[in-house]
Amino acid sequence: MASTILKAENFNAFFGKNQVLKNINMEIQNNNVVAVMGPSGCGKTTFVRCVNRMHELTPDATASGKIYFDGDDVYKMNLIVLRRKIGMVFQRPNPFPTMSIYQNVVAGYSLNGIKLDKIKRDEIVESALTKVSLWDEVKDSLHKKGTFLSGGQQQRLCIARAISMNPEILLLDEPTSALDPISTAKVEELIYELKKNYTILIVTHNMQQAARISDKTAFFYLGELLEYNDTKEIFTNPKHEKTQNYITGRFG
Amino acid sequence: MDKNIKYRNFKNLFFKGIVIVFTSVCTLPLLLVLYRIFKEGISAINWSFLVNLPKPVGETGGGIANALVGSAIIVLVASIIAIPFGVCIGVYLSEYRKSKFAYWVLLSVDVLQGIPSIVIGIIIYLWVVKTMGGFSAFSGSLALTLLMLPSIIKSTEETLKLIPDSLKEASLSLGVPYYRTILKVILPSGITGILSGTILSVSRVAGETAPLLFTAFGNPFMNTNLMKPISSMPAVIFNYAISPYEDWHKLAWGAAFILISVILILNIITKIAQRRWRVQF
Ligand SMILES: Nc1ncnc2c1ncn2[C@@H]1O[C@H](COP(=O)(O)OP(=O)(O)O)[C@@H](O)[C@H]1O
Ligand SMILES: [Mg+2]
Repeated sequence: MASTILKAENFNAFFGKNQVLKNINMEIQNNNVVAVMGPSGCGKTTFVRCVNRMHELTPDATASGKIYFDGDDVYKMNLIVLRRKIGMVFQRPNPFPTMSIYQNVVAGYSLNGIKLDKIKRDEIVESALTKVSLWDEVKDSLHKKGTFLSGGQQQRLCIARAISMNPEILLLDEPTSALDPISTAKVEELIYELKKNYTILIVTHNMQQAARISDKTAFFYLGELLEYNDTKEIFTNPKHEKTQNYITGRFG
Repeated sequence: MDKNIKYRNFKNLFFKGIVIVFTSVCTLPLLLVLYRIFKEGISAINWSFLVNLPKPVGETGGGIANALVGSAIIVLVASIIAIPFGVCIGVYLSEYRKSKFAYWVLLSVDVLQGIPSIVIGIIIYLWVVKTMGGFSAFSGSLALTLLMLPSIIKSTEETLKLIPDSLKEASLSLGVPYYRTILKVILPSGITGILSGTILSVSRVAGETAPLLFTAFGNPFMNTNLMKPISSMPAVIFNYAISPYEDWHKLAWGAAFILISVILILNIITKIAQRRWRVQF
């Protein structure tokens, strides 16, 4: 049942000469929620962006070592296939401004030139929006622009857009940091729900959030993976002094 | 205390007054120009003015049909060439901001923008008219293309620069290939800016006279052949206006009025399109 879906092996990432990830070794099991934590600038965003190879979009950004997805080396996989199987949600909600709510949900198909008949499309839209519990709120305004929604709704729309492609992994980079507490609670609830079907990697600064929703926690510090363990273990019995300091709020 | 507030209020009012006065002083001449063209032009315009060819000296009447068609053809062909090239170059500049080549391209675009239109006309004369062995509508279009390119390029580049990177990343993270991301996400998001830059450049070159003197040249007859000399609105305005005949001056005003109206309409369309297709990030 619990098989490894993602594995980093001696992985390093650089911006120019600046090494921001140092020899990361990490295995992530199927259907786990992994919280990625650590002080600002320690490489959390860089790490998740390496998983779906968004890192290499930055000029001068390079990487070495291996990341395996389902046993395949991501650097040898077809980029398009890889990114369809690994969905990503960003820190700030970024629905496509020219598209309606409906079009945003199926954007992964339409932008990729995948033709769907209307029935199938309607089905995908309804099921994705239902999964992110946005359906009831927007079912009467599906053809309004996605950017008219509130921040929290926009972020859930972006999650719907990501899961409509049926990815196996979802990468969430501080998905709630730009949201108010009520929207945050909704998104958290949603992540908890999504865990049944997806493996989730979520970057967060919020201890409670990590404790509530994750199975495992990875603690990064200055580009190194200091500690990676069951969330309970990390929060009750951290092995590393730095981890302890961080979770007790002594630096952040 | 009270006095201080009064003094501040006075300063506010004073500043507001200055802004209004300066604005009025600058707008007034513009309005006067429009008023004069309107007043003189409207009386020259009637159906036969629009559908007839110019008459020889001495005969009354005569129209600008050939110039209307000529300008439409020259500007249309120029747009067909300039828009795709301009948008592509604009995309390149905004996508590869940091490259050395982009720096030089941008510099040459800025320089091109500053070249007087008469010089552009002469260059096209030397390169195209001489090579092809005669004046032609097509060479006129090429001259206008060079005049349109900088503003299309700049407006595309500046519009696309304002589109947040997060949009591009959203698309790429869905597995959408780069070229599709540009075509289907980035360009549509910038469409209003690109469109208004383009229409502005069209309305600018529609009134250009100098670059057509050595290229499209002019033609008293109706012509729709791209390889032959062709008449244009600014050219007939010029020819009629410098003539010694009172009635031809009238025709010049009429033509000027039509040219200004077309430009006005283009600008109104731009404003409507901007409101209708406004993209909110
Ligand atoms: N686009 C970039 N260019 C150069 N350096 C960057 C870039 N993005 C991040 N960095 C550097 O990489 C390090 C890790 O950044 P990041 O992964 O964003 O950290 P985190 O998400 O944990 O706050 C930081 O030191 C940051 O300065
Ligand atoms: Mg970050």
